[in-house]
Order: sequence, then C-alpha cells, then structure tokens
Amino acid sequence: MIVEIGHYALVLALAVALINSVLPVIGARRNDAGMMELATTGAYALFVLVLLSFLSLVWAYEASDFSVKNVWENSHSAMPAIFRFSAVWGNHEGSMMLWLLILTFFSALVALFGRNLPESLKANALAVQSWMGVAFALFILLTSNPFIRLSPVPAEGEDLNPILQDVGLAIHPPLLYLGYVGFSVSFSFAIAALLDGRLDAAWARWVRPWTLAAWTFLTAGIAMGSYWAYYELGWGGWWFWDPVENASLMPWLAGTALLHSALVMEKREALKIWTVLLSIVTFSLSLLGTFLVRSGVLTSVHSFTTDPTRGVFILGILMLFIGGAFALFAWRAPLLKAGGLFAPISREGSLVLNNLILTVSMGSVLIGTLYPLVLETLTGEKISVGAPFFNLTFGLLMVPLLIAVPFGPLLAWKRGDLLGALQRLYVAAGLALVAGLVFFYAKNGGPVLAVLGLAAGFFLVFGALADLWYRAGFGKVSVSTGWKRLTGLPRSAFGTALGHAGLGITVLGIVAVTTFETENVVEMTQGQTVQAGGFAVKFDGMRATKGPNFTEEQGHFSISRDGVQVADTWSSKRLYTARRMPTTEAGIVTFGTSQLYISLGDPMSNGGIVVRIWWKPYVLLIWGGALVMMAGGFVSLSDRRLRVGAPARRAKPVKAYAAEAAE
Amino acid sequence: MTRALFLALCLLLTASPVLAVNPDEVLSDPALEARARGLSANLRCMVCQNQSIDDSNAELARDLRILVRERIVKGDTDEQVINYVVSRYGEFVLLKPRLSARTLVLWGAPAALFVIGLGVLIIFARRRPSVAGAVPLSDTEKAELDRLLNRDKTDES
Repeated sequence: MIVEIGHYALVLALAVALINSVLPVIGARRNDAGMMELATTGAYALFVLVLLSFLSLVWAYEASDFSVKNVWENSHSAMPAIFRFSAVWGNHEGSMMLWLLILTFFSALVALFGRNLPESLKANALAVQSWMGVAFALFILLTSNPFIRLSPVPAEGEDLNPILQDVGLAIHPPLLYLGYVGFSVSFSFAIAALLDGRLDAAWARWVRPWTLAAWTFLTAGIAMGSYWAYYELGWGGWWFWDPVENASLMPWLAGTALLHSALVMEKREALKIWTVLLSIVTFSLSLLGTFLVRSGVLTSVHSFTTDPTRGVFILGILMLFIGGAFALFAWRAPLLKAGGLFAPISREGSLVLNNLILTVSMGSVLIGTLYPLVLETLTGEKISVGAPFFNLTFGLLMVPLLIAVPFGPLLAWKRGDLLGALQRLYVAAGLALVAGLVFFYAKNGGPVLAVLGLAAGFFLVFGALADLWYRAGFGKVSVSTGWKRLTGLPRSAFGTALGHAGLGITVLGIVAVTTFETENVVEMTQGQTVQAGGFAVKFDGMRATKGPNFTEEQGHFSISRDGVQVADTWSSKRLYTARRMPTTEAGIVTFGTSQLYISLGDPMSNGGIVVRIWWKPYVLLIWGGALVMMAGGFVSLSDRRLRVGAPARRAKPVKAYAAEAAE
Repeated sequence: MTRALFLALCLLLTASPVLAVNPDEVLSDPALEARARGLSANLRCMVCQNQSIDDSNAELARDLRILVRERIVKGDTDEQVINYVVSRYGEFVLLKPRLSARTLVLWGAPAALFVIGLGVLIIFARRRPSVAGAVPLSDTEKAELDRLLNRDKTDES
C-alpha cells in the first residue's frame, strides 16, 4: 500500500510539474503576479510529492518488501540497514528517483531563498526547473519505474552488487548529484534571463551562490568517489580516466570556469554573454554525464547499472534541453549588451585566461571521452582512449593554469600590474621552489620534473597565503593593524585563498604519490617479512570468517619500524554468497598523510599467498586538498554579501532602464 | 628536446603502474621488467572495462603480460612489441591511440581548441574598445542629451 502511495505521489508530481511548467511563464509574459506566485507554491508541492514518493521506496527497501521488483533485484534481507538504505540509489531506477528528488529540492530552495528576486525571473527560473521535472518524472514513470510489483512474491532478494555494499555508496551519489543537479539552478536562471531578455550584475550575484554550492558538492562528490575507488577496488589507483569519471570531471571544469566568470560579471558587468553560455554548457555536461552513465553507451568500470533501451529516452531529453537552450541562446544572446572594459593584464584578464584553459581542457576531455564512440559509429573501427592519453593532454593543459592561479587574485580589476604582482609573488615562488627541492632531496629519487610539479603545488599554497598577506598589508603596517585587517577581510577572500591552496595541496599529493610510490609484489608465507616504505611488514597468517551476506578470507599483517611494532591490519578477500562475486578489502594503515596499502592476491600451491604492498607517501593530500577546496566553497558561501542578496535599489534602476529601452 | 620533455612529462604524469602482476611473471632483469611495466600500462585488457593489462587480474591480461615479456626478452624494441601486439589484437588494444588520419582530430583537439579560443578572445578584445569607446552618439542619444542639458538649464533659471 505504501509503495502504491509513492507511485501515486510520483504521478501527481508529474501533473504538478506540468502545471508549473506553463502557468508561471504565461504569468511572467502577462505580468500577472498571481500566476507568477504559483511557481513558488508549485515548487514546494513538487518537492513534497517527490519526497513522499522517494520515502515510500526507502520504506520498501528497509522493510525488504521483495514484492517490489526493484527491491528484489537490488537488495537482500541480510544486508545491514545502512546498505539497504543506500541500495535505494544503487540501481538505475532508484538513482533517477534521487536525481528527481534533488532537482525538486533545489527548486524548493530557490523558491524559499528567492524572495528578493524579480518576480518574472523567479517565475521563469522555477518553470524551467519544472520542465526538467516533467522530463525526468516521465522518464521514470515510462521507462524506469521502481514501483512495479512482482507476483508471486520471491522469498529472498538478489542482493546488491558487492562493490556497492560500502558506506561510499551512501555518501558518493547524493553528493555527486547535489553537484550535478545543483548546476540546474544556474541553467534555469540563464534560460529565464534569456526569456526575459534582461541580464545584469545582479543576475550574476543571484546565480553565484547556487553555482558555488553546486561546485562545492561536486568537488566533494568527485573526491569521495575517487577515495572510494581507491580503497575498494583493491589496486590502489585513485583516478582511472574512466568515461564515467570524465562525465563528472567535465561539469566540474565547466563549473569552475563558471564560478570565475560569474565573479567578473558580478563585479564588472563584463563577460555577460559568456557567463550565460557557460551556465548552459555546465548543466548540459551534467545531463550528458547522466546520459553516458545511465544509457550504458560507454562500457566502463562503472556500468553496473545499464540498459541501452533507455538511452534513447535520455538522449531525447538531452537533445531537447541542450538543443533548446542553445537555440534560445543563439536567438536572444545578441540582444544582451556587452559590459565593462578591461585591459588584458587585469583581474578580469586573468579570469579570462582561467576560463580559456578550463574550457579547453574540458573540451579535450569531452572529445577524448566521446571519440571512440563517434569513430566506431561512423567507421566501425574500434580504438581506445585511456589514461595515458588523458594524462598527457590534460596534464600539459594544466601546467600553465597552475602557474597562473596565484597571480589572479593579486592583479587589480580593470588594469593590473603584472610586474607588481610578480614582485609580490617572487617570495612565494622562491619559497615554493626551495620547498620543492628540499622535498625532493629528502626523498631522493624519481624523475627530475617532479621537482617542478611539487614546486607548482607549493606555489599555489604559498601564493594563496601571499594573497592574504598583501591584502592584510603585513610588512607595511604594524602586526596588530595587519591582523585587524586580515580578520576584517571579506570571507570570500578566504574562500578564494582556501580554494587555490586546496588545489595546490591536491597537486602536491598527486605528484608526491606518483613519484615516490613504491610497490612490492611478493609471495608470502606465514611469518615472512617484507620491507616497504621504511616499515617491516610481517605476514602472520590467514583466517576464515563470515559476514552477514559474505564469507571472508582474512590475512593479518603486523607493521613495525626499527623492530618496534607500530600497527597491524587485516587485508581480506570476500565472496558475496548471493551473487558468487569476489571482492578485495585492502588493509590500509595511515601514517600522517601517507598510507601503507596491502592487498591480497591468489593463493600459491605451496601454501603461500601473493601479497601486493604499496607505500603511498602523502596520498591523503589528494583528497585533503579537495576538502580544503570544499571548505573554501563553504566559507565563501557564508560571505555576508552572498547571503543578503542584491539590494533592491541596485536592481530597480536597471529595470527602469530596460523598460525605457523597450519603449 | 621537446620530444624528450614531452616524454618525461608523460612518464611523470602517468600514474605509477600498480597491480596485477604476479611474482612468477616478473623478469629477473629490472631494466627489462621496467620496460615491460611501462608497455603494459599502455595496453588495454581486452575483456575488461577500461583497465590496462597491468591493472587487471583477468586471464587474458596475464597472457598478454607474458607475451610482452617474451618479446622483450627476445630483444624486441618497445616499438616492435607494440607493433606485434597491435598486429594480433588491433588498434583497440592501445590505450593511447597512435597518431593517424583517424586520430588526427583527437590528438589535434587540445591545441586546436586552445588556438581557436585564443583567436576568439583576440577578435573580441580588438572589436570591443572600438564599439564601446569610439562610436559617436546616435541622433536620439544627442537629442536626449540636449534635452537633459536644457532641462538642467531651465531648472537653474
């Protein structure tokens, strides 16, 4: 019964979304306040209905109601409650429900926080959100309905894919979708602005927090997914340039560009048309990502949950929204007036460079990801584009960006002084180079270019600090005044510094682990010891255990340094009974930001077992940097200027001007 | 020089080979083994999804790893090994496709996009000042200006 209520709620949600797609737009055209106001109520109603529907599905999973086909296919009564919960979105139907839920959640937030938006902009934006709601509700109801019942009712479920039976599944998809779908808000605002034909700095001010929030969540989602793959897949890699990973990286790159161009637009009224285009592109890439993952057109590590027949439907949605948005853009964008001027060497100029590099790398990843697909469709030839290709092209594109990042915040708006910025950064650059060299000689080994990589990472961190240092005026004023000035800086300044420093920390982690990682592949028998990363790893033997829905072979390892035991760990191989599927659970021991990663291989005929031991120095910096970037996002979001929203007096003269121009 | 730099960068940025190599496959000569690992990281495991043979523990990947090592021991250069593997498995086996007429767009894309982007930027930057800075006032604007100026005068009087 509860499941049927959920099903019904979803159908109702479709109906509400349909109404909300049309009436507010008409209201905005006719300047009818009542019809425009409907969008707000509709957004709340839509969210409540979808939430109800989603919760009924959660209930079916928690109650292990195997009469529901979706539950039977993806759950097992022996799974722990947390995995039964996360199993809701560990499959195609459920993850589309999560998509829709987050879409309506963001609509409701826009309705709630958008009180000081111009009525027509808000009505149009919420209507655009509803268009997407209609498309995805229809998609779920017609092709991916999770509420279908089975008869006769099976006694036991078929279990969830074992790789997904991890706390990572509980966190990674919701975060990733909050990011992906969060960009729908900037998309809707862009479409609404194009419909309205009005675009000003205030628009950028409204859009930027939403973009920032989505970007922060996407950063978290990608980092989380990367760490999950690192510890779960058992071979210690943290980025595979898998098409599905690329699908999440592309909106991140475009979103990062958007974040920066919206800044230019808000502060200087320049890059307006470009910002609108980027809003459209960013969300289009999110939709493309959904299509790539959900349709199964790409074979990849992630394609656990695929069904090609649905691809056509999503492709339809994709073409409708992306095609429609670009058509609207081509039609209306020429009407928008170009804004403020700036010299090539200026804050704006540096942000344009940022946008150029980010967009080009996004385009390169896009082409690399889709190329094999397109080539095979056109010529029937199969080629692979894998990690070696992306490492080379993407890596080369990132180098100039990493060097340029610290300069941006130090340049003045409108007309900057590169020499001055250089002078202020030479301390940071010198320190970075020294730090890179010291780090390198301490480690003593690896390719020489690693020094440059490390220096680039340190440069980002020190550059971010230098920015704060000069803003506070340390060195010119007394320490107490400097401190007062520092604490008085807007939070967005700290957000910028944290974001850039976080990027630097991630670069440090990537370069360090790539360069200084060591690997041992050995056959070990009980009592044997292997040296790795300055530690002695002793294999103490195996034991067999049983989990709720799996059997497990565990190996115990003692880790000692200079003859003193410092840690111990279990590394194991599991066999999930329902699906007869093996997984590895690596034994990971953390020392500071470095890790010892122990993974079990095949047993040998002589009673030993193949053991792979990696020493991964500073590997945690990769995700630690992402955490710092996220912190930057949140700190920036808490900036008063973003929270308060644009004051009305700023928006009104523009409106009046637009009205006059229309006459 | 640039080629060497490219190569070094490529080596630097390639995630260290890890994984599924078993102790019984490892060559006794570390230099040859290092070459084998490098080549393996660029070869696709044909039955896996987006994994190199170096990462995969599939049976077929193991066969290919052993094949690569056999060729290296026989004295093949890296290029000869790659050519041999491609002749048996086709271009699909290469994770980094070779430059050819078919992959020209792929390899050219990053540079082309950058040049196009830069070109568009320069065109816009050159056009902008003349539009915003030097365009004379239109008749309506002049009239509007006159009206405002005159109104100020009447206000004063």
